[in-house]
Amino acid sequence: MQSGLIDSLKGIVGAEHVLTSQEDLLCYSYDATPGFSHMPEAVVMPGTADEVAKVLAAANEAKIPVYPRGSGTNLSAGTVPLKGGIVLLMTRMNKIVEIDTANLIAVAEPGVVVGDLNKAVEEFGLIYPPDPGTVATATLGGTVSENAGGLRGLKYGVSKHYVMGLEVVLADGRILNTGGKTVKDVAGYDLTKLFTGSEGTLGVITKITVKLMPAPEARRSMLATFAKLDDAGQAIAAIIAAKIIPATLEIMDNATVRTVEDYAKVGLPTDVEAVLLIEVDGIAEVVEKDSAKVVEVLKANNAAEIRVAQDAAERDKIWAARRAALPALAKLRPTTFVEDATVPRSKVPDMIRAVNEIAARHAVTIGTFGHAGDGNLHPTIVCDIRDDAEMDRVYKAMDEIFAVSLQLGGTLSGEHGIGVGKLRYMESQFGPAGMAAMRAIKKALDPNCILNPGKLVGECL
Amino acid sequence: MSDDNKKLLAELEDALANCMKCGNCMEVCPIYKEFKTESTVARGKIALMEAVLSGQSEITAGFDQRMAMCVSCKACTAKCPCGVKADELIIKGREAIVKTRGLHPIKKAAFALLKARPLFDFGLRMAGVFGPLAFKKLPGRLATVARFPMPGLDRKRIMAPIASTPLRSQVPEVVKVDNPKLRVAFFTGCTINYIYTDVGQAVLNVLKENDVEVTLPALQHCCAVPVHISGDIELAKVFAKHNIETFERYNPDYIVAACGSCTMAWKKDYPEMFADDPEMKARAEKLAARTYEISQFLVDVVKFRRDNLGEVKAKVTMHDPCHMARGIAVTAQPREVLKAIPGLEFVEMKEPARCCGAGGSFSLAHYDVARTINDRKLADIASTGADTVATGCGMCRMHITDGLVQSGRNEQVFHTVQLLDRAYKAGKKDEPKKAKDEFHFH
Repeated sequence: MQSGLIDSLKGIVGAEHVLTSQEDLLCYSYDATPGFSHMPEAVVMPGTADEVAKVLAAANEAKIPVYPRGSGTNLSAGTVPLKGGIVLLMTRMNKIVEIDTANLIAVAEPGVVVGDLNKAVEEFGLIYPPDPGTVATATLGGTVSENAGGLRGLKYGVSKHYVMGLEVVLADGRILNTGGKTVKDVAGYDLTKLFTGSEGTLGVITKITVKLMPAPEARRSMLATFAKLDDAGQAIAAIIAAKIIPATLEIMDNATVRTVEDYAKVGLPTDVEAVLLIEVDGIAEVVEKDSAKVVEVLKANNAAEIRVAQDAAERDKIWAARRAALPALAKLRPTTFVEDATVPRSKVPDMIRAVNEIAARHAVTIGTFGHAGDGNLHPTIVCDIRDDAEMDRVYKAMDEIFAVSLQLGGTLSGEHGIGVGKLRYMESQFGPAGMAAMRAIKKALDPNCILNPGKLVGECL
Repeated sequence: MSDDNKKLLAELEDALANCMKCGNCMEVCPIYKEFKTESTVARGKIALMEAVLSGQSEITAGFDQRMAMCVSCKACTAKCPCGVKADELIIKGREAIVKTRGLHPIKKAAFALLKARPLFDFGLRMAGVFGPLAFKKLPGRLATVARFPMPGLDRKRIMAPIASTPLRSQVPEVVKVDNPKLRVAFFTGCTINYIYTDVGQAVLNVLKENDVEVTLPALQHCCAVPVHISGDIELAKVFAKHNIETFERYNPDYIVAACGSCTMAWKKDYPEMFADDPEMKARAEKLAARTYEISQFLVDVVKFRRDNLGEVKAKVTMHDPCHMARGIAVTAQPREVLKAIPGLEFVEMKEPARCCGAGGSFSLAHYDVARTINDRKLADIASTGADTVATGCGMCRMHITDGLVQSGRNEQVFHTVQLLDRAYKAGKKDEPKKAKDEFHFH
């Protein structure tokens, strides 16, 4: 990058907010996705939308790539600066602008940590429902850009269901606003949804208006073990068929259960094919009624053991098992790929069986857990990225997992996004016409392809 | 990179590879919270060490600066879902720096003084005698401020005065009691011996109340934590060996320390330092098993007397030092001590175990950051409405006092054991009254 551009970047955001030392650049060469790393040429930390606009205008003029980044907890390499250029670090823009309790709306800058937003609205008896596993570190801008989901997805959906409006800086530095505080807004193309989940390829989000929900007044958690995977699958379908939408309905397969038990000793039987964890929330009377019904359904579907939490301590114990799933698997080997292949919920047992079969055939270690209620599974591959032979098998297994997920009528990503990690499967899901449409949008909004180039829709020049 | 360093870092390769870069450490790192840049948090530092190991980068001045930006609070390690011991890895990174680039000049001078125990002792005694010439005392506080600029010391900074007579010169080597139940050796640490002798006196008093005979081995030396976390492992081992040999000669039932870091040194660091030396390791482990932090000793071993405690009228909140909360996992016992004191109202702050920013010598090198971190602690204290802060570390006490004084606030900071001492003393004042009451009753 030319030193003239570095100087003008320093002029825009202040010299102390431009990092160019080798040590700092190394620190922005990765995100939480294994296997991708590349150094940027500068890290720029803007403090206002106006500064973002000026940085983008300068970069667009010089045709230098720009990668917007929050906390970098991505699981699809979405923020890795694979073509050099500028990492646009949004963590300085971290103000909660407004909490509007009359309209149940919050307005915040992209660098706000999602957990901090939730703490701020909690005192008004409200929640911002999207709750990715990294809720305590991930930024709102990052989660909106990746359309992140979370444990409560079954009942509450993903980020796009809560974004009401955005302030976005386009590639050439122009600023536009979409949506607003009105619940009913049918004017024009839905640009809010277009930028939500666009993974930083269409514009840089500088302000976000989100919908808040009343915090549930009560909740009850349950855990059930199943000797047969199919019974667990039937139970999932039967709970929904009984017109109960739990906030959370999670599954852990046998490999995960054994690993969790070995690691955290939470008292799970290790010979079961699946464990379901369920939480219903809402008004106390409804929670009471729904949880009784859930227990009935579980019994009717041959659950071996059912635990219903009677107090907060027992609830914590149940969720400790689920929380331990990823760390327990991750501890087995140095490298961990957490995938998020998603299928219609009725296909969850088929998907788990397919993943197990793929793991056995390629001799790789995969534990599967995830959000069974919304079909969003996390086949988690543990391996050692320094072992080339093993990695060959891992990548083959990964290809097959995504192929199966599409065959079952599913999608490549339930909550992590595409980035570059899953780019090679995109055409299988969208077909040539679908990809051409997406690339046309990309080219229209970012003709020089400076925004997160090569991600989500691939090369578009 | 030198062969030595290659070997040192190669040993770490697997440990570094276990970091899956999830970034969970960002939630708890007090320095990351201020800067919000990768190199300030464990994940970034681990990435930098990996870069050095892979030959992508060198051990540069920039590497050194970034490794220095860590308060060693262990919060990242406690949080890590994969069990990566980032705190220890960062110390290893610093060890590689010391081997390649040497110590920071200020630390080098300070450690050179530390190295020679008698000279260190002499220096601090002289500082105690001549300190008032250099430091102005602040009324009503155990606090002073520098009269003129000094190297490595921020001009505004509030320090505690160096004692005119160190603790170990104020009392005999063996403090006897009439009917000793137990014999302990007291590892005073530098802060208590040379600065906060009031804490040392309180330790002696409460142990006496509980019929414990206390020996203060005269030749004990610094616990080695400051040199260890700076990466000077060789010097740290010299201190550790000296302390182990010194205390072995007394063969005490227990070793007691009144500082989280000193206790951690004995219980965890010493055995680990001699991982390659089975004989020294065994000796270190034998003493580690007998070592207790004072509140832990009072609650778990002595089951301290509660029948003769008088009232202490105070609203108290507790700051858990990093090395107490995460180093030795002692947080319940100091609370039990406080809750046993009649009249004392205990109120918990929101994040009692969040680092106060002192970080030992970290606050010398990065005073402004240390103070910013401290501001969050001060706000947390203020929200409790407490008039007193109890803690188990002299450095925390000094740093929090500094923040409070500079913000014009009146809360007092004490070691937990000082409040217990006060309760025993109050109990004695009550005695004649009690006796009278009893007489009256009969």
